[in-house]
Amino acid sequence: MNKIVEKQRLSELVFKFVVEAPMIAKSRKPGNFVILRVGTKGERIPLTIVDSDLEKGTITLIVQNVGASSGKLCALEAGDCITDLVGPLGKATHIHKPGTILAMGGGVGIAPLYPIVEAFKKAGNRVITVLAARNKDLLILEKEMREYSDEVIIMTDDGSYGRKGLITDGAEEVIKREKVDECIAIGPAIMMKFAALLTKKYNIPTQVSLNTIMVDGTGMCGACRVTVNGETKFTCVDGPEFNAHQIDFDEMLQRLRAYKNEEDQARKK
Amino acid sequence: MTDYSEILKQERNAAWRAELRNAVPNKDRINIERVHMTEAEPHERIKSQTCEVNKGLTPDQARREASRCMDCVNPTCIEGCPVSINIPKFVKYIEAGHFLDAAATLKEFSALPAVCGRVCPQEKQCEAKCFYTQKMKKDPVAIGYLERFAADYERESGKIQVPKVEKRNGVKVAAIGSGPASLSFAGDMIKFGYDVTVFEALHEIGGVLKYGIPEFRLPNSIVDVELDNLRQMGVNFEKNFVVGRTASFEDLKELGYKAFFIGSGAGLPNFMNIPGENLNGVMSSNEYLTRVNLMYANQSDSDTPVLRGKCVAVVGGGNTAMDAVRTSKRLGAERSIIIYRRSRDEMPARLEEIKHAEEESIEFMNLANPIEYLPNAEGRVAKVRLQRMKLGEPDASGRRKPVPIEGDIVEIDIDLAIVAIGVSPNPLIPACLAGLKMSKWGTIEVNEQTMQSSIPEVFAGGDIVRGGATVILAMGDGRRAAASMHDYLKNRHNL
Ligand SMILES: Cc1cc2nc3c(=O)[nH]c(=O)nc-3n(C[C@H](O)[C@H](O)[C@H](O)COP(=O)(O)OP(=O)(O)OC[C@H]3O[C@@H](n4cnc5c(N)ncnc54)[C@H](O)[C@@H]3O)c2cc1C
Ligand SMILES: Cc1cc2nc3c(=O)[nH]c(=O)nc-3n(C[C@H](O)[C@H](O)[C@H](O)COP(=O)(O)OP(=O)(O)OC[C@H]3O[C@@H](n4cnc5c(N)ncnc54)[C@H](O)[C@@H]3O)c2cc1C
Ligand code: SF4
Ligand code: SF4
Ligand code: FES
Repeated sequence: MNKIVEKQRLSELVFKFVVEAPMIAKSRKPGNFVILRVGTKGERIPLTIVDSDLEKGTITLIVQNVGASSGKLCALEAGDCITDLVGPLGKATHIHKPGTILAMGGGVGIAPLYPIVEAFKKAGNRVITVLAARNKDLLILEKEMREYSDEVIIMTDDGSYGRKGLITDGAEEVIKREKVDECIAIGPAIMMKFAALLTKKYNIPTQVSLNTIMVDGTGMCGACRVTVNGETKFTCVDGPEFNAHQIDFDEMLQRLRAYKNEEDQARKK
Repeated sequence: MTDYSEILKQERNAAWRAELRNAVPNKDRINIERVHMTEAEPHERIKSQTCEVNKGLTPDQARREASRCMDCVNPTCIEGCPVSINIPKFVKYIEAGHFLDAAATLKEFSALPAVCGRVCPQEKQCEAKCFYTQKMKKDPVAIGYLERFAADYERESGKIQVPKVEKRNGVKVAAIGSGPASLSFAGDMIKFGYDVTVFEALHEIGGVLKYGIPEFRLPNSIVDVELDNLRQMGVNFEKNFVVGRTASFEDLKELGYKAFFIGSGAGLPNFMNIPGENLNGVMSSNEYLTRVNLMYANQSDSDTPVLRGKCVAVVGGGNTAMDAVRTSKRLGAERSIIIYRRSRDEMPARLEEIKHAEEESIEFMNLANPIEYLPNAEGRVAKVRLQRMKLGEPDASGRRKPVPIEGDIVEIDIDLAIVAIGVSPNPLIPACLAGLKMSKWGTIEVNEQTMQSSIPEVFAGGDIVRGGATVILAMGDGRRAAASMHDYLKNRHNL
């Protein structure tokens, strides 16, 4: 049982939770995630660790209400307990100093991107961040991102904030304007697919963090498998970050729909 | 130390045993037919994931079956049991009607008799070595059924004896993983007086006993009683704790842990790496069984989904394959098919599970091997292509090797495929313990007698050492590791 010490609404569908988890707070690194469960018949869902506070022994999670299980979490309040929480899982991001980093975050993907941007900045890189959301109300963590970015470009689908257009439009401008050494892109699978296509065109090494369906998160089930460079990998233990140019995104998009019918029914319950 | 065969002899000479032996002549014992286990009707039991198939023996049935045992001078049955249970002693206690004494005898050797009585491959172990099988070509004494009977009797009588534990000695030890290997290790170490914590990555304790083996074979409530027992003895359980991630070995040492037992199992599912294997509707048996057994995906109030196929193919011939295919029937499949590349005789599954599967109208396509999965328009699996096989020369394992029959390829329509072709050791622990000696199969290398690894304070056992074995072997490892860890720590901490 892990107690929620703070809850904050970041946008219509996105909530931030600060949760007691002293061991995880101590051992987590950027790129790691947890798996949690709400209720004794709850589903195990993966969420990135956005931040941690060693003194208070807490971790920060940011979750978008997209379905039954994320909805159950979003319905909890400060003072409530999360039934089960395990982590940190997955490989940590390889933080180094290549020079200039272009970070792309879409939707709730901005949350997992945040600790990575912070780490790259602290490692001495120039960091340019492009954030995208459907509209102004759905944009999260802008202020926090600005703190660790040399520049933040904001794109919205409807032009209600920043500039109108896709994340790849904003990114391409940067790539054309200056030398980018490495990219990292996190967001919906379809966004990562197009980000990968873009950076491949310019031959810039790119990492993405995949949000495949998971069950155990320890390499036991294979639900999270993806094809990377023609080989099957388990996202939970071999990833979640991979070389974007080697991923079979079409297969991944297909696999994300594995339980579509079941999920639709669960949402109606 | 008196050797075990001496002890066996002495015990056999006990007055009550001699009396029992003389009460019925062997020629009468031989004429009794082996007991039939009462089973739930196949058409009834396939309606429920939790309806246990075997109903257990009545006291009368058990005593009659026990009276078949001739209390041999040379009880070869014991040689077949990996933990050398004193079989005639517990069986004779049953014949005498002293069921609790029978249970106590079992507990001297096995931490989980109610489990092993249900899941041991008896026909390859104790029962294979019974005098009846070996010398008389008759059905062996039903040792497994009797073991289960005694353990169940004790549990249901409400008179479970919580074993006596030594005074706490203040030395902390950790078991990693909560499968049978760690549980039996923990049971012994707590008796010796150590502070024992079992760390488990998942949200349930029990390892494969919980997430793998379905309730129609091994009800969770039975595992829970054993866990409660351990708790009452003082074992501490930490779930949702991945050793190597939540905390490192160094962290645990800082917290005062002096020695470690690794029982992290062989959890990594193998795939065949054939085209189409990543289609939706193709999954590992671990995923399928975990969704159902750990996450209760078959129940309507569970948030976890599971695919319910109409036509389900399960690839493999082991216990896992049988569990998956029988589960699919219980989740409403119209056709559930085992696809196995050798023949029925080579199947590694327990004989009883194969028989039960056949009764439940599971189809068997033996001598066939998948070579490709084909999708429908929505990208879900719709067909599997199978290469027909024949048996060739025996291979290194002595089993006849399946070889493809060239050109003999068939396709069958399916909407769910479950791959149950084995597991590999979980690499998580080895990856974070520098200096731990590993085999080329990814298992931890240990001294077979002491279960000690290349790192002196680290012991290991169960599937992480054997690469996929049995509950009883894992348990035996845990007990041996406890004994030798005790030796190792005794000297260092002046216990
Ligand atoms: C490593 C990793 C990190 C993640 N980090 C975050 C994060 O920081 N914030 C956030 O809001 N989301 C994150 N996600 C996604 C989040 O786990 C899913 O949104 C959530 O599980 C959806 O569950 P649901 O029942 O609410 O929705 P559903 O209605 O069940 O499904 C909505 C979509 O979520 C995906 N999904 C469903 N079940 C799972 C599952 N068990 N595991 C993973 N994906 C699933 C499916 O593609 C589905 O289409 C992360 C996913 C991964 C793999
Ligand atoms: C479906 C199925 C059916 C089977 N049927 C039979 C049968 O009928 N008869 C029989 O004798 N055997 C059977 N077996 C085999 C038997 O279950 C195993 O040999 C036995 O469970 C191995 O025990 P173990 O203690 O080594 O590990 P496991 O039971 O595998 O348990 C290991 C545990 O360790 C945990 N773990 C792993 N890494 C970590 C970590 N870093 N930190 C914390 N925890 C960790 C895992 O989550 C897991 O719970 C079956 C196996 C399966 C999968
Ligand atoms: S533990 Fe298994 S092998 Fe040993 S006697 Fe019992 S059933 Fe037979
Ligand atoms: S070998 Fe068979 S008959 Fe003889 S003691 Fe063992 S169980 Fe009894
Ligand atoms: S989530 Fe089960 S193997 Fe990755």
